Amino acid sequence: MALLEVKDLHTSFFTDAGEVKAVNGVSFNLDRGQTLGIVGESGSGKSVTVYSIMQILAPAGKIVSGSVKLDGQELVGAGEKVMRDVRGNKISIIFQDPMTSLNPTYTIGHQLIEAITLHTSRNRQQAWERAVEMLRLVNINDPEKRMKQYPFEFSGGMRQRIMIAMALACEPDILVADEPTTALDVTIQAQILELMQKLQKEMGMAIIMITHDLGVVAQLCDEIVVMYAGSYCERGTAEDIFYNPKHEYTKGLLRSIPTTGSRGQKLQPITGTPIDLLNLPEGCPFAPRCDAAMKICIHKAPENMPVGGIHKASCWMNVKAQMEADLAAAEAAREAERAEAARRATPAGIVDDITREVEAELAAEAKAHAEGGEA
Amino acid sequence: MAQANETPLVDVRHLKEYFPVNTGFFKTTPLKAVDDVSFQIMRGETLGLVGESGCGKTTVGRTILHLYEPTDGEVVYDGRPIKNKADIDWFRTKSTMVFQDPYSSLNPRMTVSDIIGEPIDVHHLCDNAKDREEKILQLMDRVGLNSEHASRYAHEFSGGQRQRIGIARSLAVDPEFIVCDEPVSALDVSIQAQVINMFDELQDEMGLTYLFIAHDLLVVRHISDRIAVMYLGKMVELADAEEIYDHPLHPYTKSLISAVPIPDPKIARANKRIPLQGDIPSPLNAPSGCPFRTRCPYAQERCAESMPDFKEVTAGHFVACHRTEEINE
Repeated sequence: MALLEVKDLHTSFFTDAGEVKAVNGVSFNLDRGQTLGIVGESGSGKSVTVYSIMQILAPAGKIVSGSVKLDGQELVGAGEKVMRDVRGNKISIIFQDPMTSLNPTYTIGHQLIEAITLHTSRNRQQAWERAVEMLRLVNINDPEKRMKQYPFEFSGGMRQRIMIAMALACEPDILVADEPTTALDVTIQAQILELMQKLQKEMGMAIIMITHDLGVVAQLCDEIVVMYAGSYCERGTAEDIFYNPKHEYTKGLLRSIPTTGSRGQKLQPITGTPIDLLNLPEGCPFAPRCDAAMKICIHKAPENMPVGGIHKASCWMNVKAQMEADLAAAEAAREAERAEAARRATPAGIVDDITREVEAELAAEAKAHAEGGEA
Repeated sequence: MAQANETPLVDVRHLKEYFPVNTGFFKTTPLKAVDDVSFQIMRGETLGLVGESGCGKTTVGRTILHLYEPTDGEVVYDGRPIKNKADIDWFRTKSTMVFQDPYSSLNPRMTVSDIIGEPIDVHHLCDNAKDREEKILQLMDRVGLNSEHASRYAHEFSGGQRQRIGIARSLAVDPEFIVCDEPVSALDVSIQAQVINMFDELQDEMGLTYLFIAHDLLVVRHISDRIAVMYLGKMVELADAEEIYDHPLHPYTKSLISAVPIPDPKIARANKRIPLQGDIPSPLNAPSGCPFRTRCPYAQERCAESMPDFKEVTAGHFVACHRTEEINE
């Protein structure tokens, strides 16, 4: 059984302007020790997906339907009491902006100890020791002294490391990282990503990595979910997504990023602009920007279709490709039949057939003869 | 690319920009945002300027355009030193800037045509209202904006379209030289490519020269002819785009390039990063000598004593490191 099973999750925000369907039918599984990447542009619903799992949505947001199972336990509709136990203890989150997610009026130590005493049975002294241990684990020098300092006394990278220390202090099963390195410089980003990989190896937790940076997912993730406008486009292993994408959006995204060999060439951007979530189209949400869009794409949203192994994609192009392949196969079979019939119809073909029959008879006779001789 | 013996379009000589910071009662300390930076940009070239936040790359761009009065050093544009008010006025009809944030760099109370028309009015580029109107529509067309949107306000547009408005505004004076300060970093990946291509096309059509400031090294590599790397107000390396990626010489450049996550699982996982210790020191008390020595794995005593010269190691490849030869054997 997977550690986390998300099935057909729908989340909407009920605003004055109408219902904003932020997440439309997202499903995935996550196993222990695995890293799942959720990739998408701003507004694609990647953060709302995990906020729904943890049920930390803004008041206007509601889970409309779907199921979230953690270790077999259903979380949708489970109530606040259960969720309080889940958050921090079983699923922890690191937010994007390390500058605003720590309280500036309390010391780092105070905030770490608060998290630890809230979720575990440790007393203050034990919690203090645990906090120091965690700070040491995330490479903060002189942690005893640092415990008494306020967030403003730390750099961005250090604050993000403190957030990681806080998230991991209660040994969660799942660590959710919501764009953890977007606000940081590349060399600091490399430090943080390396630290997360190291801690994952040591503590064996699963990571859900939300990011728009395809480089980061390529480096870290075993499995990737690609989202567009709240729907789930494609899911597969990192190799599936990067080397064999099966959704037009994923293909476009991969084409549009500059790579090492792209200098002097034009990039191939995805045309148009992201769609308005208030007025989702009837069909595939990507259809208005898709170069390959067909009639069916505009009228009917594609279902999630398996395209090999765990690799799934919601794109009619795969059906088209499949149908074309079937048609081609049928055509080839018919062609072979026709050729055979044509051959049979000619005198040369008839002679050919007779010759072949005679040859077969002769061969059978010779064989029988040889066997008889042996006996 | 331009030949080395031509006169450069932009010649930056020993540029310094110090900001006074209050550090006590009646006491200020200079924050050396840009400290003795020299480089040249040829006509029609794109020079990429990279570095981490706080390294002074934006300040270099702004000081070149004299949005900040340089503390010391000079900028020579097309052979004419920019010294007094008249020079600056002239220079500003030749050069413009595209800003990073398409949300805060457009006035929310002005319509698109007012925004694009403002430089035209400031520099008195059109004689009558009809010419002005025509010019604005022409600019909007050039950057791929629908001319029917001229009377709309900035908030009605998406990030990518706003950046196009910003670019149209900077093209209004028919510039030769544009400082692009992180023009695509606030945009989504799928929109980034549209804007990068547009910069490319505009350069081909109008023969523009760019100083392209960014922290995304893949984007910079894609668009630049040459790349300069800055660290704590100093330029540490400058070379051809491919050269700097294939043969980085400065330890900081090496580590910076190795830290970029490559969007390809096999390459990204095989990639050996060169980790750096600690964080960037505060520019208020920058280390003595080489600014990078506190995080440099090769630092020696002499690195603390003096700032290494910015010297040409191979043709067109400049680096500021005492130990270049030893490290890169």
